Amino acid sequence: MIENINFVSKFRIANIASILIFFLSILFIIFKGLNYGIDFKGGTLIEMRTEQSINAASIRESLNSMNVGDINVKKFGKEGDYLIKVEEKKKNNSELIPQIKKNLSDSLNSDVDFRRVENVGPKVSSELLESSIIAISLALAAMLFYIWVRFEWQFSVGSIVALLHDVVITLGIFSVLSLEINLSIIAAVLTIVGYSMNDTVVIYDRIRENLLKYTKISISDVANLSINETLSRTIITSITTLLALVSIYVLGGEILRGFSFAMILGVIIGTYSSIFVASPILKFFKVSYKTLEKEKEKIVP
Amino acid sequence: MLNFSKINIVSIYLIVFLISIFSILNFQTKDNIYFDKKVNLGLDLQGGSYLLLEINSDSLVEEKIQSKVIPIKKLLRDNNLNFTNFKINKQSLDLKVDDLKKFDLLFFSKKENLVNPYLDNYRSFELDYSSLEDNRVQIMFSKFGLLTINNAALKQSIEIVRRRIDDIGTKEPTILQRGEKRILVELPGLKDPERIKKLLGKTAQLNFRLVKENSEFGIDELISENGEKLKVSKRIIMSGENLIDAQPSIQNQQNQPTVSFTLDRLGAQKFGRTTTDNVGKRLAIVLDNKIISAPNINEPITSGNGMISGNFTFQEATDLALLLRSGALPTPLDIVEERTVGPDLGEDSIKSGLISLIVGFFLVILFMLYKYKIFGVIANTALIANLLMLIGILTILEATLTLPGIAGIILTVGMAVDANVLIFERIKEELKTEKSSIHAFDTGYSKAKITVLDANITTLIAAVILFAFGSGPVKGFAITLGIGIITTLFTAYFLARHLTSILVLKNKNREIKI
Repeated sequence: MIENINFVSKFRIANIASILIFFLSILFIIFKGLNYGIDFKGGTLIEMRTEQSINAASIRESLNSMNVGDINVKKFGKEGDYLIKVEEKKKNNSELIPQIKKNLSDSLNSDVDFRRVENVGPKVSSELLESSIIAISLALAAMLFYIWVRFEWQFSVGSIVALLHDVVITLGIFSVLSLEINLSIIAAVLTIVGYSMNDTVVIYDRIRENLLKYTKISISDVANLSINETLSRTIITSITTLLALVSIYVLGGEILRGFSFAMILGVIIGTYSSIFVASPILKFFKVSYKTLEKEKEKIVP
Repeated sequence: MLNFSKINIVSIYLIVFLISIFSILNFQTKDNIYFDKKVNLGLDLQGGSYLLLEINSDSLVEEKIQSKVIPIKKLLRDNNLNFTNFKINKQSLDLKVDDLKKFDLLFFSKKENLVNPYLDNYRSFELDYSSLEDNRVQIMFSKFGLLTINNAALKQSIEIVRRRIDDIGTKEPTILQRGEKRILVELPGLKDPERIKKLLGKTAQLNFRLVKENSEFGIDELISENGEKLKVSKRIIMSGENLIDAQPSIQNQQNQPTVSFTLDRLGAQKFGRTTTDNVGKRLAIVLDNKIISAPNINEPITSGNGMISGNFTFQEATDLALLLRSGALPTPLDIVEERTVGPDLGEDSIKSGLISLIVGFFLVILFMLYKYKIFGVIANTALIANLLMLIGILTILEATLTLPGIAGIILTVGMAVDANVLIFERIKEELKTEKSSIHAFDTGYSKAKITVLDANITTLIAAVILFAFGSGPVKGFAITLGIGIITTLFTAYFLARHLTSILVLKNKNREIKI
């Protein structure tokens, strides 16, 4: 594979781009907001299969007459498959689902197969949101701790900044594209955290090794060397992971599409960030072999 | 790193074989008595309903606080403590006492305090009070008092829910307590949960009361099923607790579905006495504060058998009988979360999940062959063993496989090769400087070992947290991802390393390229 690419010279421009995109993402998340699914917002979701002659407009029309609040109807995969989302006005309306079903079956005059029905109450949805935020924060904290135990604090900060970068930008892209955030997206985000960390650790491991090996050269050069040495691994692993993910995205069905899309984004951003975010931070902290010697009592293999 | 003792080699392949063999169990069709283990399919794959129910204890608390009124008044009177302005609120009682100190002593007395018992397991009193201005106090349940009420109601509700679901006869339902107020119900294979939801949504508190214009116990004005407004006495002659059995039946004359019931001894006595004393009057049969029917008492019924007629269809009569048999819920249950997947969607999900697994798997295998040639074969052998072991362990644990779980397996396939890639790339580097290939492989393995471990532990941490916080399908993803990491580490470190050692030792005099 190609070797000796001068990554360090591109750090500045990459960092400016990262910071820009990072804050743009935050702005989007704050002002445009995230498109929460019923898992986090509460409401009812119905996936149905109809004869092909039926279009979304007629479904919308027949539901609008029911006056049940915001209704969103969209195509879902195959021709004739629709996903209906209803934002409930009242809470705990146990009659809602049978009513909607009856209404649709009656007004569409054709066989309607209700393939999936989900209903999440307002209390449960806010709990799910809360526990998801806790889970992501806990995962970040656990990673921070693990790296702090295995490396020095500068590495810990570097990796956590890279992780935040990945998570925020992934969510930012979801906000820009108005893609739905549901429980499986949270699972994807957590996996991204794991994957990105994995990538960062591989490069950090090499940087630490090279810092002790080449005490004379600067951290920039050590970083550059380490990134280059691990580059072919970084690329190969990204490719195999992406091969698996693209196969889920294309063939895995409609339900897994959002999940696999988030993962694909995350793998690309995570790979980028371990090179262009995690490594420059070590330079920023002026890490050298002395940093390692200071903390020699720590476990250095 | 390339030296293996015989015993090591044997145990490596034995472990791989023994665990992998379990994956085959999933493909057997006949029931095998000795090894009847299989990966369970989650509700999203086999279809079914997931319901989360929450007890709504407001009315129960109201009832319980009202039951404290008379004992509290009696306690104060018996101890010559004057009180005024006694008021009953929804969840509390207000009163004004002459002597606040004395009240406090009485209220929190640990000795034979029947009004406000001390809950030993929580080290707290059942009731608590807060003092307002000028000697007024407000009495309500303490935090632990409420907890005790909720707990008891929840335990009882779970029992009733179980009875109702068992009575309907769905296959392998799961009914579990979730937290302090919730019940989780999983009903695999159920296509339409509406009937069960309806049955679980009714508290089914049945009682028999006389239709009366006025009564010393007070009057409730209730509406009957056919819209008639009737005044009934608050006095409950007999309630659902006195029923031993209830069955749907058809009344022969009008072909009208009815529910016939059998009373226990006490119920039969009460029912007999009331019907004897009130011939000619109307008896209201009240279910959840609605009158089902209010027939005339034509003659005394002393046999302990009776019949409820109403405007039922046979299905409704069957459901009512079921509700009466299983008993009343202590509180209403709210369905706070519901997820139902139809069986055909589940089948589609399995199909698309498997297709993407196979395609993803072959893409990765081909890529590794292209990239590493003979070492690609080693990595791929490890990958296949990895996949078989992963499915084997899922089978041994009888874990639940969900659609995200399948995604987790595919992701494992993509990420599992990472361990071998790390090692191979390291060896490549070592080969540049080392003359002896054996030496290069040896250092390559030992240097890459720590990195492989570090890199995989981070993903494992994410999987563990996901498992702890995730629910349902997401948990399934965490399980496959987590187990996948462990099998990955095993196959890379033992299996692939041994295969590499065979290759290297065979060609020790030739140059080896990766």
